[in-house]
Amino acid sequence: MSTPASLPAGNGRGLARPPPPARRPSFKAVAWQVLAMLAVAGLIAWAARNAGDALARRNIDVDFAFLLTRAGFDIPFTLTTWASSDSYGYALWVAGLNTVLAAALAILLATLLGLVLALMRLSANPLAAWTARATVELLRNTPQLLQVVFWYFAVLQVLPGPRASLALGGAVFLNVRGLFFPAPLSPWFGYALGAGVLLALGLSRLLPRLPLTLTAGAPLLGATALAGALTGWDLPAMRGFNFAGGWRLPPELLALVLGIGIYTAAFVSENIRASIGAVGWGQREAARSLGLSPGRSMRLVVLPQALRTLLPPLTNHYLNIIKSTTLGAAIAYPEILQIFARTVLNQSGRAIETMTLVLGVFLAVNLLVSAAMNRWDRRLAFQGR
Amino acid sequence: MKFGNRVRFWVGAAVAMLAAGTVQAQTAIPVPGPTVTAIKARGALACGVDTGIPGFAFQDSKGAWHGFDVAYCRALAAAVLGDPEKVRYVPTTTPARFTVLQAGEIEVLIRDSTMTLTRSVQLHLDEVATNFYAGQGFLVSTKLGVSKITELNGATICTLTGATLELNIADFARTNGTKIGTLLFEKSDEAVAAMESGRCDGYTDDTGSLAAVRSTLKVPADWVVLEGVISKEPLGLHIRSGDVTWRNIVFWVDAALKTAEEAGVTKSNAEDMAKNSKDPLVKRLLGAEGGFGAMLGLNNDWTLQAIKAAGNYGEIYDEFFGPKALDLARGQNKLWSQGGLHYALPFR
Amino acid sequence: MRLFRALFGTPGTAVLTVAIAALLAWTVPSLLRWAVAAATWTAENRRGCAPGGACWAFIRARLGLFLYGGYPPAEQWRVNLAAALAGAALLGCLFARRRRGAWFALLLIGVPVAGGTLLAGGLFGLRPVPTADWGGLMLNAVLSFVAVGAAVPLGTLLALGRRSPLPFVRGLCVALIEFWRGVPLLGVLFMGLVLLPMVLPQGVTVDNLVRALVVLILFASAYMAEVVRGGLQGVPHGQREAAAALGLHPLQANLTVVLPQAWRIALPGVVNVVVDLFKDTTLVSVVGLFDLMGVVNQSLKDQSWLGLAQEGYAFAALLFFGCCLLLSLAGTVLERRLRQRPEGG
Repeated sequence: MSTPASLPAGNGRGLARPPPPARRPSFKAVAWQVLAMLAVAGLIAWAARNAGDALARRNIDVDFAFLLTRAGFDIPFTLTTWASSDSYGYALWVAGLNTVLAAALAILLATLLGLVLALMRLSANPLAAWTARATVELLRNTPQLLQVVFWYFAVLQVLPGPRASLALGGAVFLNVRGLFFPAPLSPWFGYALGAGVLLALGLSRLLPRLPLTLTAGAPLLGATALAGALTGWDLPAMRGFNFAGGWRLPPELLALVLGIGIYTAAFVSENIRASIGAVGWGQREAARSLGLSPGRSMRLVVLPQALRTLLPPLTNHYLNIIKSTTLGAAIAYPEILQIFARTVLNQSGRAIETMTLVLGVFLAVNLLVSAAMNRWDRRLAFQGR
Repeated sequence: MKFGNRVRFWVGAAVAMLAAGTVQAQTAIPVPGPTVTAIKARGALACGVDTGIPGFAFQDSKGAWHGFDVAYCRALAAAVLGDPEKVRYVPTTTPARFTVLQAGEIEVLIRDSTMTLTRSVQLHLDEVATNFYAGQGFLVSTKLGVSKITELNGATICTLTGATLELNIADFARTNGTKIGTLLFEKSDEAVAAMESGRCDGYTDDTGSLAAVRSTLKVPADWVVLEGVISKEPLGLHIRSGDVTWRNIVFWVDAALKTAEEAGVTKSNAEDMAKNSKDPLVKRLLGAEGGFGAMLGLNNDWTLQAIKAAGNYGEIYDEFFGPKALDLARGQNKLWSQGGLHYALPFR
Repeated sequence: MRLFRALFGTPGTAVLTVAIAALLAWTVPSLLRWAVAAATWTAENRRGCAPGGACWAFIRARLGLFLYGGYPPAEQWRVNLAAALAGAALLGCLFARRRRGAWFALLLIGVPVAGGTLLAGGLFGLRPVPTADWGGLMLNAVLSFVAVGAAVPLGTLLALGRRSPLPFVRGLCVALIEFWRGVPLLGVLFMGLVLLPMVLPQGVTVDNLVRALVVLILFASAYMAEVVRGGLQGVPHGQREAAAALGLHPLQANLTVVLPQAWRIALPGVVNVVVDLFKDTTLVSVVGLFDLMGVVNQSLKDQSWLGLAQEGYAFAALLFFGCCLLLSLAGTVLERRLRQRPEGG
């Protein structure tokens, strides 16, 4: 357990900051902790014994061996390979990747849109402020599930049927079944692209003075061109009822990301607004007297300070987004809850095991994100005063 | 120091609310074992039903439960307690249904559920009787120009998650060397709406539900139910394994409803026939002879009460799936004597 | 003229104005036609509704269920009375100029006790109504009220515990907070349904409503804790030092100096948590409780009213929008009134 050294000590003893690390704990403190420890241990032991009895009485056994058996079902959208002959355990990984993809995209959307809405709401233009306000109120006051369903059908309404697809040069197609684009035939494409990304990262770090478009853009473009030349392409084409071949982004993913991202943006914007409000006016006046433009003072002075009070609620929203991907089950996005807590649970009948696994995966992912955000938070709190 | 006071209020309120919440929560659990004792002690049968599905279980605008499965709950309650109203309906969701039954919160699960080997062996549950023979069918757009299920190669089908539907499709595709894509939704409303907007080529579900779905479409004529089914779905009455008495009661109440149809006993003439019929089968069925109720630990008028409460099997089917309701042909759900599958064991 | 400049003053604003106007012109007329002009307000069943318009007759027929669930119609006045009581107490807290402590006491102790008695019955000659019959919007309100009422103190304790110098206490609080924030509510509600009865000794059973409540309270507390912690971080360190210099006991310093300021900073976040929780109560249908969304979903299966999902969802969205807007408004008012108080009050 890492000590949040930056935080003021809770009981008022440690007035110096950071608190003295090697203070001898008082007898009272130790006694309280031992008492608390005993109470918690007792509670857990008592509950565990009851649960053991109850399981035995109800003939319920807990056994995870079913994870190795053949799944037998199809997953309509996957990032890696999947065949119905794969195991339940592998389905957890495949569905988990889908969850992570949706969550990452939604987090990006929520943050950017949240910032836009907050700045609009704080702007001097009454129309922008009013629009932002109305949007935020509308978004944050209706259940998220309804919004996801709304976006799904809005997206489906707008897109044309498979036989009337919007086509781009015979390689990219857009219709109600999804966005189809060419896929590389060889894994070397991925490796080349990965190398390009690494090179771009390294160059932009090593040569910070050169413009980013050059240091990052050139290797990325080069790698893409090279990778494309290395491999052939699998082009999507209409076969039978649907397009086949190539890569496909399903409308379910788009709707889920829009639904969760836009919904959360409303909440994020409220927190950004409150945090900006918490930065003293003096800071802004000081920035202006230094000759900074309003935009630069917002970017260089206000936002960095607002970040300090913003991070804890922002972390909450990010964790919320990760968990909200479970709403994808309502609109047929194959995420972890749908695949595992519905299909697998139903097929294997192992309710306790599957739910434990689903909770465990979410807990693990969220703890990782939470730990990363807390680290960042501590660094900020330590610097600021 | 006003804020100090407020803190004390917050804390006090929290404690009060927690206490208020838990006080009324303490009641006695039904001891596993004689299920009937538990039902009688409670004065009501805890019957697990679907949270809402046309035909099988739904609530009217007054909040009262109706449906094919609900009629079975009523018949059971009438047989055990003499009053069809003494049912506590426990709506169960798909993922929770078997767990709720295992945990002893309901005595019987009548929820358009299929028993499989895994469920029976791993979950220690029994499907005591089958009250509805269904199969998985397909509803597709007429524009596809498809007339048989085997022609669906390459199609995308919308369906529901948490049931055996997707697995059946995968099995079917594997057997026939075809590829059918599935999109899994939580609720049929979304699945059907997605199908109507062109996301899928069709919808698949139990034949019982397909009829209900087609009647809700904007232009029903644009959609057709394909001939044939790809699976067996015997929907039935489920209990925990172990209590033989309770198993017998559930089994024979179902048999009584089907035998009543064979013998021409209906909701309205049951009372009269119990008194006046000369037919030995009817006399035994309605408890005038034989003392079957006593053998099961019930009153001898148990079947009479059940039939008066729900009607015979044919009456129940007609009420919810007949021409005036969802208009689903009886097919396999006819009695064995008319070419169907319902074959009740003899009442003797 | 000033309005014109505000709308079209800069190119960016002008583009925005035109875009919004176009969007409104595209959506509003067709929406109005569906919802009002072509709508059917009275009908016996679905066949009585004109196609192409909304079938509000469905909502009218089931309004009682949507609002009260299976609560017996003869007893529904008790729900209304409890709601009125809670509303009055809330208004008192927001707008009373003096004796606000008394109003808060009423809201946090009087309303739960009186409301609980009214709703559950069994005392003073009121007919007992089992919680299995509670449902509809009323259930959402009860769940969120109790969960928030318990989560504010519990969350504050957790937030303080997370900053405690005692490693075990801190570790315990961190573990609790991170666990509850890390799992999806849908999943833990399901686990609560299955596991809670198991960890209690044989012979003790827990009402479904209480299972959902326990999970909701713990879930909300974890979120509340993080929001309050954000507020605690926003309190300048000098405040605590000043309190110590005045000779206040650490507990006293927390209660009278630090927490009031922390809550004030955290208030927008707290309102977010409350609104979020209110909408999250729609997930309780997984444990067999019928809140508003559950009742709507169930109503869609009534054979006399099949195929009316749009109307049902639109109505639910509207009700939620109204309720949540009121909550947000209350939060804004409270925020403003707290800001008016002199610093350190």
